[in-house]
Amino acid sequence: MSEINSSKTVSIISRQAPYGSNRAHQSLDIALAAAVFEQAVNYIFMGDGVYQLLGNQNATSIQSKTLVNALETLDLYGIESIFIDSQSLRERNLTPKDLALNASIVSRGEIAKIVRASDSVFNL
Amino acid sequence: MYGAILNVKFTVVVHSAPYSTQAAASAYRFTKALLEQGHDVYRLFFFGDGVHNTSKLTVVAQDDTNWQQQWDKLIELQKLDSVVCVTSAIKRGIIDEAESARHELGAVSLSSSSEISGLGQLIDATINSDRVINFG
Repeated sequence: MSEINSSKTVSIISRQAPYGSNRAHQSLDIALAAAVFEQAVNYIFMGDGVYQLLGNQNATSIQSKTLVNALETLDLYGIESIFIDSQSLRERNLTPKDLALNASIVSRGEIAKIVRASDSVFNL
Repeated sequence: MYGAILNVKFTVVVHSAPYSTQAAASAYRFTKALLEQGHDVYRLFFFGDGVHNTSKLTVVAQDDTNWQQQWDKLIELQKLDSVVCVTSAIKRGIIDEAESARHELGAVSLSSSSEISGLGQLIDATINSDRVINFG
């Protein structure tokens, strides 16, 4: 391998709800670190991970940080490739109106394509 | 040695604590197996609850496996680059000399075979490894 360009495509598939486990925060930390080190980041929300994007979250009563506030700042870190699995939304009776973020709503087939085009995938 | 056809550079990321789930033990066995087959480990990265695998302050029953000690021995023996995520580690009581001094904690719990560093080391590993395998 003789790649001069050290920028790789890192995809993060976040599949857990925002609270109850630390996985959603771990996904965010990896995404931000990858962006800071100038890697191309795809941030994909699937399964219960779509709950991370709901508006009107307030986690102060459980002494936690409100995750969606941080997710709303992703574009400041240059993370603009944000994808939501449409089937996961449907299964949870959610629509784009329920979400605090502007993101591409995509099919499982499109997610598979993104994964295939990635150098590294973190599935949390 | 099995005479691997192709030498592959791996990074192994451990997200889970030992004893609670099988994940960390699988990560250990996977790491050992790939070294036995002639592959390289670019880095071990312990993240989240995975940092508990690097404590040196553990005691287990005689008929049980001391996974922290197993990791420590493997890392020492193979001279692996083993990094523990700083934000994950210090809030879970995985403390090295520097953190102990900085926060005046009076104790050190991190095995000397691993070092505390940031998530940048994980991103560096994704850039420089052929494969990044996550456990847990």
